[in-house]
Amino acid sequence: MPLPYTEKVLEHFRNPRNVGCIENPDGKSTEGSPACGDMVSVYIKVDPETKVISDIKFESYGCASNIATGSIITELAKGKTLEDAKRIDWRTASEALGGLPKIKVHCSVLAVEGLRAAIQNYEEKHGLIKERKPTTIDTIHSRLHKVMNPMAGLDVERTHIVKDVILKDGEVTIAIDLPSNHQFASAIKEEIREKIEFLWDIKKVNIEFTD
Amino acid sequence: MVGKRIYLDNAAATRLDERVLEEMRPYFFDTYAVATSEFAYTQGIEAREALDAARARMASFINAQPEEFIFTSGDTESSNIAMKGVALALGDKKGRHIIVSRIEDFSVLNSAKALEKQGFKVTYLEVDGEGLVDLDKLKAAITDETLLVSIQHSNQEIGTVQDITGIGKICREKRTLFHTDATHSFTRIPLDVKTIPVDLITVSAHTIHGPREVGGLFIRQGTPLGKWMDGGFQEFDHRAGLENIAGAAGFARAVELVTREENEHLKKMRDRLLNRLLAEVPDTVLNGARWKRTPQNANVSFHYVEGESITLHLDMRGFAVSTGSACFSRSLEGSHVIMGIGGDHERAHGSIRFTFGRYNRDEDVDDIVGALVEVVGELRKISPLGKYKDKED
Repeated sequence: MPLPYTEKVLEHFRNPRNVGCIENPDGKSTEGSPACGDMVSVYIKVDPETKVISDIKFESYGCASNIATGSIITELAKGKTLEDAKRIDWRTASEALGGLPKIKVHCSVLAVEGLRAAIQNYEEKHGLIKERKPTTIDTIHSRLHKVMNPMAGLDVERTHIVKDVILKDGEVTIAIDLPSNHQFASAIKEEIREKIEFLWDIKKVNIEFTD
Repeated sequence: MVGKRIYLDNAAATRLDERVLEEMRPYFFDTYAVATSEFAYTQGIEAREALDAARARMASFINAQPEEFIFTSGDTESSNIAMKGVALALGDKKGRHIIVSRIEDFSVLNSAKALEKQGFKVTYLEVDGEGLVDLDKLKAAITDETLLVSIQHSNQEIGTVQDITGIGKICREKRTLFHTDATHSFTRIPLDVKTIPVDLITVSAHTIHGPREVGGLFIRQGTPLGKWMDGGFQEFDHRAGLENIAGAAGFARAVELVTREENEHLKKMRDRLLNRLLAEVPDTVLNGARWKRTPQNANVSFHYVEGESITLHLDMRGFAVSTGSACFSRSLEGSHVIMGIGGDHERAHGSIRFTFGRYNRDEDVDDIVGALVEVVGELRKISPLGKYKDKED
């Protein structure tokens, strides 16, 4: 097969399931932005008694991976309880699609985060969330676990390119073990920024490269 | 699944013309010796004559002397030789300032960046909304330290054609050298070095149905050029390495096969495509200049949809095009050209480039417009962006 996508990915890309939006959703989210190249909106209806996702729809502005992952996560999440749906991660989605090209993993992460954020939105609206916790170095590291290193298809933490994280008075400095003119330097920088700068108590994000 | 395939990515690579292959054939099987001096053996002398003949044909096409044209392995090498060669020759004498436009192809842009790391100062000149360099801004940017201005003849993505005569005149006035990358305009737009004041010109065979990995560099007599690839003394000691005689002969033939009628035909297909897309697909914008553009290039952005999804859907219907979307690029960054003409990320991600060639037919235009109306419409239906979804927020 000439294209780098599995038949399953192409099938979901051609005929995405559960496309559209839900009027008056119980939870909704929009992740990503046109700037990062992909954007996904997820809408859910939740049974107030059983906490089961009774309906789910998505919309995508993105590439084939993003559309296919949006489609598969709606299939996976429909009929699941919120707690079970939260456990759907990009690995689950990717496996359900028969695998995704390494360089495209970040597009699928976004769709998965759309689902999580929609659930979070529901929980916030229904008073199911504990109050805001202050950001710690651990919070940053766990966020960095969601930033993909396109060279490996794994996150930047697991591929050991995060050299250092400094957090001081709401200012985060992250040192990345790549030269600034590296092929993926700009893309990684953008993604880190997007994951960190919206934390409620973070004022500034600095990303440093090796030169 | 797909019947016929329609190829509209001729700026990336082209189908070889059979007549070019015929021209090249003898140099694989008969005259394959190294092009030696006249004091060596017969096959070598024949090879030398063949190379000289190809060079003379290339030079005469642009109205240059044969000694002013060298063959290279393609436009990337040509631009590297030009830029790094001038920097090597003049960096310690004249100054260390270089000017390029910010929408150059990567061979020029990354050569400039490499020189920057070695201590050269580089000005990345802004362009206007059509991709044109402002001559007054160029004039103002040139200092006594400026040793080279490198501004392309036409753009690789949006086809915008620069006023290289005007640019060249300014460079002459200001006593600075001028290199232009003509990879995407060569043979499509006339190029005469007697009337255009330019010192170095990059050209390539891969865009005109010639062999790939074959290019050339015009070096005006007397242009100071250092040599940074060490080896033999080929190509007037500008480029070390065994000469590609088959490639040189093929390049010359490819150049001669381009006709005025062909260029008119390309322009006709380009205009029909642009007119139909802009009229029939809502929220579509033209990228680049409407008239100051190469005859083979059309480029538009479809709002609210992402280019890789468009190209993949088109591929399933048998069409090959390219996009400036980040998802499509090897660096995961949106097109620097679309951003350079003032476009935002969304415009870059939704941009599609169509480049026509010799083997396209009039009906290809109508076929792809039909496919695009469908594909863009479908993708907009599932997009959360824009007015195609006006229920929420």
